[in-house]
Amino acid sequence: MLGESRRLRRGLDESVRTSGRRPTGWAILAYVLLTLGAVIMVFPFAWMVVSSFKDAREVLSPAILPSQWTFANYVEVLTRTAFPRWFMNSMIVAVLNTASVLFFCALVGYVLARMRFPGKQVIFIAILSTLMVPTEMLVIPWFVMSAQFGWIDTYWGLLFPGLIPGFGVFLMRQFFQTLPRDLFDAGRIDGVSEFGLFLRIGLPLVGPGLAALGIFAFIGNWNAFLWPLIVAQSASMRTVPVGIALFSGEAGSAWHLIMATSALAIIPVLIVFIIFQRQIIEGVVLTGVKG
Amino acid sequence: MIREPRAKRSSRLSLTQREAIYAYVFLLVPLVFFATIRFYPALQSFRLSLFTWHVDPARRVFVGAQYYQELLANPVFHQALKNTLLYAAITVPVSIGLGLGIAILLQAITIGRGWYRAIYFAPYITPAVAIAWVWGWMYNVNFGIFNRIIIEWWDFVEGIGLPWLAIDPQRFLRDPEVALPAVAVVIIWQQLGFQVVIFLAGLQGIPRVFYEAARIDGANPWQLFRHITFPLLNPVLVFAIVITTINALQLFDQIVNINFTDQGGPLGRTLSIALYMYQEAFSRARLGYAAAVTVVLFLIILVITLIQLRVTQRRVEY
Repeated sequence: MLGESRRLRRGLDESVRTSGRRPTGWAILAYVLLTLGAVIMVFPFAWMVVSSFKDAREVLSPAILPSQWTFANYVEVLTRTAFPRWFMNSMIVAVLNTASVLFFCALVGYVLARMRFPGKQVIFIAILSTLMVPTEMLVIPWFVMSAQFGWIDTYWGLLFPGLIPGFGVFLMRQFFQTLPRDLFDAGRIDGVSEFGLFLRIGLPLVGPGLAALGIFAFIGNWNAFLWPLIVAQSASMRTVPVGIALFSGEAGSAWHLIMATSALAIIPVLIVFIIFQRQIIEGVVLTGVKG
Repeated sequence: MIREPRAKRSSRLSLTQREAIYAYVFLLVPLVFFATIRFYPALQSFRLSLFTWHVDPARRVFVGAQYYQELLANPVFHQALKNTLLYAAITVPVSIGLGLGIAILLQAITIGRGWYRAIYFAPYITPAVAIAWVWGWMYNVNFGIFNRIIIEWWDFVEGIGLPWLAIDPQRFLRDPEVALPAVAVVIIWQQLGFQVVIFLAGLQGIPRVFYEAARIDGANPWQLFRHITFPLLNPVLVFAIVITTINALQLFDQIVNINFTDQGGPLGRTLSIALYMYQEAFSRARLGYAAAVTVVLFLIILVITLIQLRVTQRRVEY
């Protein structure tokens, strides 16, 4: 993958250099346009950060930068709201769901790709067909079910819908299918158990797929809004998106506090993104190409 | 089929049977999950849409297609449907076009390509709820940065004696005519990076010899795009169009939060089907009616996806 993109890039360099048809003017124009676009992409984040450091009066004034940078808004949000609690709730839900997604999607993907049993095709198509059902169609029955079983306002209630996404199964199946059959046949002959074949031979070879799936499961759960909004009814069970939506809704025109809250939700994600930028983007490519 | 070693033949189960049993054991928990958390609820939505809502199942009254007739005649539903299709009609072509354009530009540069790609992609993974509040603040009529820039611009062009270049301050999310396009801008801004990343990967997957051969034959840049890039990118385009359309049809997070005190407003002009469903189900406790709304949404998504797959697949034949 990496080697291939490096080769493609080298090929591109050469074609730029050697073909007289592509003057450097084209590259300069590309840089100008891309930089302009990048400014537009970054601006909302920058404006959020700048606004979050202004005091209540200054945030409504025409000044661009705060005359005095203040952390008071962050302190106020962190102490006045239950933000640390929302953060913990989001973390618990995202971590547990990601663990479940990785294990079960890999297991089901492995079984559907590598094991032989009657009814395999039917099961695969049934799981695939769940991808066509929008979440909106499921939240009402989930709510009815949760009310019936007492799952409202519980961690289980927050996380049960995301335990095994059909997309993850599909993705992992694609990855396991690319592995050579001989590997598993050899393992079988050596007496490796069926679960061992999955765990010790299959799993280590689908690392990139697992990484991509894990990152998306985590981000998807971290950003989820519709279902947590429905199932988290007490303030202490809110996740970050639900918490900031309801807090900001009550804050009225306290935009300095609203921007500090938004920054608290967005900046951790951006930091993680900057660190794992390459893996995340390659994950999108992998899932986009495989999916 | 693998060849079974002689020694194993003597055990009571054949290897094939043993493998099948293990497969079912591994699938047990996931299949229970899919049956109870995906299939049953999907069917339950159909069923709930045929009954009046009551917590006690015994007290739900069968009303048949009444909710469907009601929603088809309901002007608020019509508005939500129209808005939702408008969101798709705006965000899909614009984000695909811009995404493809940016990907082509990225391919033309070498230094810093990874960083530009990361900058365009960043908004895609940030929480839509927080993003909507940030844009809501920028769109604020009295204190928002956009109107400040418009006023600064006004002063500037008056100062240099060209007052006819001035733009009036906008009411953005408070203006029924402007609100929906303003929300669409936020959605395009947030998902553009996804298009850029997959298009760039698609472009890089096209062998360079195709271009070189065509250039030797005297093809111009437009012909290269029209006859090489576009057809070879077609599978990626289909994928991007389907994903973007489905996302547009399910819009909820941004619409709730960008105009929190008047969700779906002004005058219902930003209301989406998902938000309408939420309001009917959880603000008005009309779960049966809301279930009917979701069934219609499901059918719309199904039909549009099937049409798109058919139409776009036909174009692949080149």
